[in-house]
Amino acid sequence: MDAAAVLGQLVVGLSRAMILFIVSAGLTLILGVLRVPNVFHGSLYMLGAFVAWTVAEAVGPHPAGLWLALAAAPLVTAAVGLVLERLLLSRLYYREHLMLILFTFGVMLVLNDLVKLLWGPTYRSLVPPPSLQGAVTLLGVALPKFNLVLLVAGPLVGVGLWLFTHRTRAGRIARAAATDRDMVAVLGVDVSRVFGMAFALGCFLAGLGGALVAPTTSITLGMDHSLLIDSFLIVIVGGLGNLWGALAGSLLFGITQSVGLLVWPQFAVAFPYAVTAAVLLVRPTGLLRSAW
Amino acid sequence: MSGRVLLGLALAALAAAPAVLPPFFVYLLALVLVTGLLATSLNLVLGYGGLYQFHHGVFYGIGAYTAAVGITRLGWPAWLAFLVGPLAAGLAGLVIGFFCVRLSRLYFGMLQLSLGSFVWIVALRWYPVTGGDNGIHGIPLPPVLQTLPGAYALVAGAVVASLAALWAVVRSPFGLTLQAIRDNPQRSEVMGVDVRAHQLAAIVLAAFFAGVAGVLYVALERSVFPSMLFWVLSLEILVMCLLGGWFTFSGPLVGAAVVVGLRTLAGRYTEYWTLVLGVLLILLIFFLPEGIMGHLQQRWNAHRAPSARPATAGDVRG
Repeated sequence: MDAAAVLGQLVVGLSRAMILFIVSAGLTLILGVLRVPNVFHGSLYMLGAFVAWTVAEAVGPHPAGLWLALAAAPLVTAAVGLVLERLLLSRLYYREHLMLILFTFGVMLVLNDLVKLLWGPTYRSLVPPPSLQGAVTLLGVALPKFNLVLLVAGPLVGVGLWLFTHRTRAGRIARAAATDRDMVAVLGVDVSRVFGMAFALGCFLAGLGGALVAPTTSITLGMDHSLLIDSFLIVIVGGLGNLWGALAGSLLFGITQSVGLLVWPQFAVAFPYAVTAAVLLVRPTGLLRSAW
Repeated sequence: MSGRVLLGLALAALAAAPAVLPPFFVYLLALVLVTGLLATSLNLVLGYGGLYQFHHGVFYGIGAYTAAVGITRLGWPAWLAFLVGPLAAGLAGLVIGFFCVRLSRLYFGMLQLSLGSFVWIVALRWYPVTGGDNGIHGIPLPPVLQTLPGAYALVAGAVVASLAALWAVVRSPFGLTLQAIRDNPQRSEVMGVDVRAHQLAAIVLAAFFAGVAGVLYVALERSVFPSMLFWVLSLEILVMCLLGGWFTFSGPLVGAAVVVGLRTLAGRYTEYWTLVLGVLLILLIFFLPEGIMGHLQQRWNAHRAPSARPATAGDVRG
């Protein structure tokens, strides 16, 4: 095993980790503020990828197509999330917790069939513009250019989310609501509105993840499933509602899978699960402190 | 007393069904019974235990796959495979449950969904043993089980016996303790109840009976496939419990009958069954959260004691 192969695999693992981070950051944000594990998060990721494909197809070979697609997909998923939250989910906040989770289950079933209805069961692929095709050679290793875009996008989203939650009023209220929503409500803040905003932002990130992954993989029905399961495990390992936990969990996932591909390719998928189980045996509530 | 009369009538109807109904409906009834047992076993942990058992289908699939692999790959006799299947499911319940009961409710459900999906991936990828995405078909069974009346008799007998056992569990001191834990875990803990041990035991029992349902499915269909372990099936049985009413014993059975009937009917007109299921689930949450049997029970209680405020099970905060 030469160093170039290891480095190449590491970059692939890291770019996978960035996608996982963007999506699970959205999931953990919703979990932290609303305390709902959003089961249709994966469906929005899939929807984001399909919307990105449609936009890129409509624009054609012009390089702006990809950027337009990257902008449009998360806006569409955020809009879908916001409408569902305001119209339906927000009416369930006073109900038993299980009902909220089951509601997101129901939406997942509906969304997945709607995607099937709109785009059909065929595979799609989004070809990045020529400037982002091919690879750059670094230290003798050929690294796909688009993976480098992902390596930049992940930290950007992380910094953006940190600035939002720590430097803006809305973000501070969202964090406060995550810790003690009753107290925040007593202080005169419209908590329901904060919930709606946090939910839409989480859905935005799911769509962004889907749009970013679109040029690197085949876009197909069922792509939501493994991602949802992975991001569930990531937020559990990281600590529910903890943004940095989502980052740590994503890195753990991406890197162990890369290591798995190097040592035992047939069962590479099992590696992150094994590591997760080991972490949970030692720390049942995750690596970092849960938001609640 | 009217309950006993109803029970007697139901048993008589089950016994008479193969002689009276056309074969397709006998088959459908057997499928409802298998699914009903699966949903009732889920309700032991969901309704009575208050645990977020989001991936119960895994134990059903493990029971079925163990029997199928035992018969086709290892050459076991059918009776042995049908005994080992539920035991394997119970063992899987022990392993998965061991990780899950250490966690709080939400973590529990999410982790179970993830671990269950891992089992699904194994079934999907381990071609030489599980047949991958094709599954295993045409499992050889003793001649008596290859006829519909024979398979029906086994299914009906085993389901009735299992339901009786589950009923006994629910009414036993263990079952009552389980419900006490559901209603107030802290208080139960303080009173000296080993909460985790009770929950784990309930998961193992529920997994065992899901495994029974799994091997009965093999007896009925002579095939297994990966979607038996897929979480959409787990969701379907959750919907059955919700639809029938998970604060009642018979609710999941009623829910199973309705969902299996709907699926059979919808299958004739559309390939978008999950869309139908999703819409049904959302409508239930908004309009009938206590389920069919829960709703009937409330009306019955209100009828008997007009002054008493009916229980609003759906409004309890989680």
